[in-house]
Amino acid sequence: MYRYVLKRLLMSLVVILVAAVLIFTIMNVVPGDPAAALLGDDATYEEILAKRQAMGLDGPFMVRLGQYLYKFFIKWDFGTSWFYGTPIINEVAVRLPRTVFISLINLFISLAVGIPVGIMAALKRGKWQDRGVLSLAMLFQAIPSFWLSMELILLFAVRLKWLPASGIGSWRHYILPIISGLLGGWCGNARTTRQSMLQVMRDDYITTARAKGLPEGRVIIHHMLPNALMPIITMVGGAIGGIVGGALVLERTFSIPGVGTYLLSAVNNRDYPVVETVTILLAAVNALSMLLVDLTYGFVDPRIKAQYVSSTNKGRRAVKSAKS
Amino acid sequence: MQKAEVNTIDAIPVRRKKESQIVMIFKRILRDRGATIGLIGILFFVFVAIFAEQLAPYDPYTLDITAMLTGPSRAHWMGTDELGRDVMSRLIYGTRYSLALGVLGSLMSFACACVLGCIAGYFGKWIESLIMRICDVMMSIPGTLLTIIISAVLGSGFFVTLIALSFGGIFNQVRMLRAQILRERGQEYLEAAEAYNCKKTKIMFIHLLPNVVSPLLVNLTMGISGTINAAATLSFLGLGIQPPTPEWGAMLSGGRDYLRNCPTLILFPGLVIMIFCWCVNLFGDGLRDAMDPKLKN
Amino acid sequence: MSDFLTVKDLVVEYTSGGIPIQAVNGVTFSMKKGSVLGLVGETGAGKTTIAKAIIRVLPDASTKKCEGTVELDGQSILDLPEKEMQKVRGDKIALISQDPMTALNPIHSVGEQIMEAIQAHEEVNKKEAMAQGMELLEMVGIPKERFLNYPHEFSGGMKQRIVIAIALACNPELLLADEPTTALDVTIQAQVLDLIMKLKEERGTSMILITHDLGVVAECCDDVAVVYAGQIVESGNKFQIFHNPSHPYTRGLFNSLPQFAGEDRRLHPIPGLPPDPSRLPQGCYFSPRCPYADDVCRSTQGKLTEIEPGHVCRCHKCQNRKEEGSI
Repeated sequence: MYRYVLKRLLMSLVVILVAAVLIFTIMNVVPGDPAAALLGDDATYEEILAKRQAMGLDGPFMVRLGQYLYKFFIKWDFGTSWFYGTPIINEVAVRLPRTVFISLINLFISLAVGIPVGIMAALKRGKWQDRGVLSLAMLFQAIPSFWLSMELILLFAVRLKWLPASGIGSWRHYILPIISGLLGGWCGNARTTRQSMLQVMRDDYITTARAKGLPEGRVIIHHMLPNALMPIITMVGGAIGGIVGGALVLERTFSIPGVGTYLLSAVNNRDYPVVETVTILLAAVNALSMLLVDLTYGFVDPRIKAQYVSSTNKGRRAVKSAKS
Repeated sequence: MQKAEVNTIDAIPVRRKKESQIVMIFKRILRDRGATIGLIGILFFVFVAIFAEQLAPYDPYTLDITAMLTGPSRAHWMGTDELGRDVMSRLIYGTRYSLALGVLGSLMSFACACVLGCIAGYFGKWIESLIMRICDVMMSIPGTLLTIIISAVLGSGFFVTLIALSFGGIFNQVRMLRAQILRERGQEYLEAAEAYNCKKTKIMFIHLLPNVVSPLLVNLTMGISGTINAAATLSFLGLGIQPPTPEWGAMLSGGRDYLRNCPTLILFPGLVIMIFCWCVNLFGDGLRDAMDPKLKN
Repeated sequence: MSDFLTVKDLVVEYTSGGIPIQAVNGVTFSMKKGSVLGLVGETGAGKTTIAKAIIRVLPDASTKKCEGTVELDGQSILDLPEKEMQKVRGDKIALISQDPMTALNPIHSVGEQIMEAIQAHEEVNKKEAMAQGMELLEMVGIPKERFLNYPHEFSGGMKQRIVIAIALACNPELLLADEPTTALDVTIQAQVLDLIMKLKEERGTSMILITHDLGVVAECCDDVAVVYAGQIVESGNKFQIFHNPSHPYTRGLFNSLPQFAGEDRRLHPIPGLPPDPSRLPQGCYFSPRCPYADDVCRSTQGKLTEIEPGHVCRCHKCQNRKEEGSI
């Protein structure tokens, strides 16, 4: 088991490393000169050249890539913003908690609403509750999330003046972003849960459980739910990437100074070190959560756990036989 | 004796003659009320896109300084924007951009995924590991982020946005396709095709692909609404297609600054996106049920 | 001795995408305590549905209709409220389902699943339930050390033994065995069948054995009912059915068995396919495949006619012969 975790961690690290190379490459083939863009239109050629040197843009690509990776992964030096001139890590340290807070709350409540609603729909399959949930879910999936946020701002902040429209400060600032996230997030969870429950409900072991004379509640909680959980866990794993993306949009709509707004302004200002660092960090978060999801599988399903153990054992045996 | 037996078999009125699969799927869709509504809605939008010139009451680019930011009125059913352009006409013309973005964007990523997935699934070995590892890396970057970065790198513009939108969707589909192919790889019809020396490309795309593509097709339909949503989000974030192009998302993004003065400016584009995506999703759902009736029960 | 289980005019209808599927169309039979009734028929004839209707575990969503009467020891099963029914399931009636591979919940240990069955009906604490569960495991021939193993760690035959242990956990009076050996290897089939029969004898359990294997029927059953398209076409005791098969379908079943004696080395299958339960034919359901069918058969259904004491057959030809007095 530990070997498996170790192996997966190493793999994640490689993935993040390659992602870093990729991002660095993409940002370096961008047409246009960031130095010239920073200095404005009336800079002389000499000034631009000097700026390029200061920004470290003048070496051959491979050398710069090597230096970048060395700094990032070995020395943990995440670079300095070209635009603000401050170390990126300082800025991220202030902003990341806000993004993580919103993302986690959104993840949690959209699961807390979506899963029970999905279970209810599956149990009432074909009845009005089910049809209602499905239609609503489909409708909310069709709505652009930022549009919904703007309509919410319009209603609660502009018209009713109950809540602040943007920024941070008090807990009341977080209410609208969280409601927006919930309205956009519950529907996918509900649909996946319903689908997965319906599939499990047809399985033979549910008939066996009922035939034992168990109360329906126990059949649902003890037999259906744990088995229906697998696609739900996958969904959570996939949702983390989506939630990071959703947080970007939410932060922009509600002008929350999180990592998302930082990244977006960096994109607009051609502040490449910020774009690179933030993207790699987010990719790392994403890769780690995928790993967590895989490990959770093992805890829920003994068959998969057995696979993990046997796959590493097989590896060990192969190594042994190669040695002998 | 034997002859009599044969006759009895012939005499049995077993099932109706098997209809072609496409006709059958289509019939099932028509039986599904939701999917039919979705289909009608989609056809309506396609109609609007084709006949935009005839349908739009005004020119979408003509400015009118005398009527700026008016709410809905008899002259302008959906009001005018900050430069006095008729919102309804812009929405009607915008159908072309948004539909094209949604459909082409999904089709492009679908096509790329088909090629990559088939190559990975069919050839196996190092090609497969290479493609799958690339997918791992790409999927480690959150989709929205990837689209934003690519869009930022390539700049704004229709085709560039199209590429940015389709790029992020490729990798998930490659994975799905490959998983499907792995299940199919041992099948005998592939061995048979190989046995009579069929070309590899022909095996991949003529024999293998049609048998594994159905989950992707459903995905493709749903993808259209996702892509339109993503395009709108991009415009909203200041990337992708920008005003004055009357793309729905761009209109939303332009209307954001006038939220307080003229709330209808964002209401109508949002509603139109919602209705279209809802129709696509309804249809996609019906299509999935029709293609695999087992899943429904 | 009065009848222990009576099933009368049982009708079950499913719906699939709005299309009604008539799975069981008026099944009537009864059985005595301690006896074994074999339900024989092709796949899709509605045998499993009959069993599921008796223990009332038909899928809610797709079952449109489940009518008729099922009486167990004078207790009307179909009219019981769900709460009462839970007390009957597992305690009085138990089910061994078809495919042991899927009949056990993959994420709970087999021990848990056996204990659950015990604790559902008996007021015992965990320790006692565990002891009883281990005893049950040993009884079906699995070492009790494997109590905490998961289903995927067992072979098919062992899983079926565990399913049997679960079914017998509370000493049911009626055991519904739905093709208990179909999914197993031939060599294991005999072992499992022997086990079921031995335990049944020890405990005096009555049993409905669903199968399509006439060999199994010959070995295990007292009475036989032949099911075709959701109807019983012929029933009687084992000797009546085996020595005097009267319905053309029953004869067809026997004829399609490989014959090892005699000159004729061909197989004689029943021509055609069983009818689609969403589009049952007019008249006698077997008429499209029946070599003796005439216009009467194709337009009206036959009634169950007693051709000898306890031996009934649903066929116009038998009816006619009886009326003519030739039987």
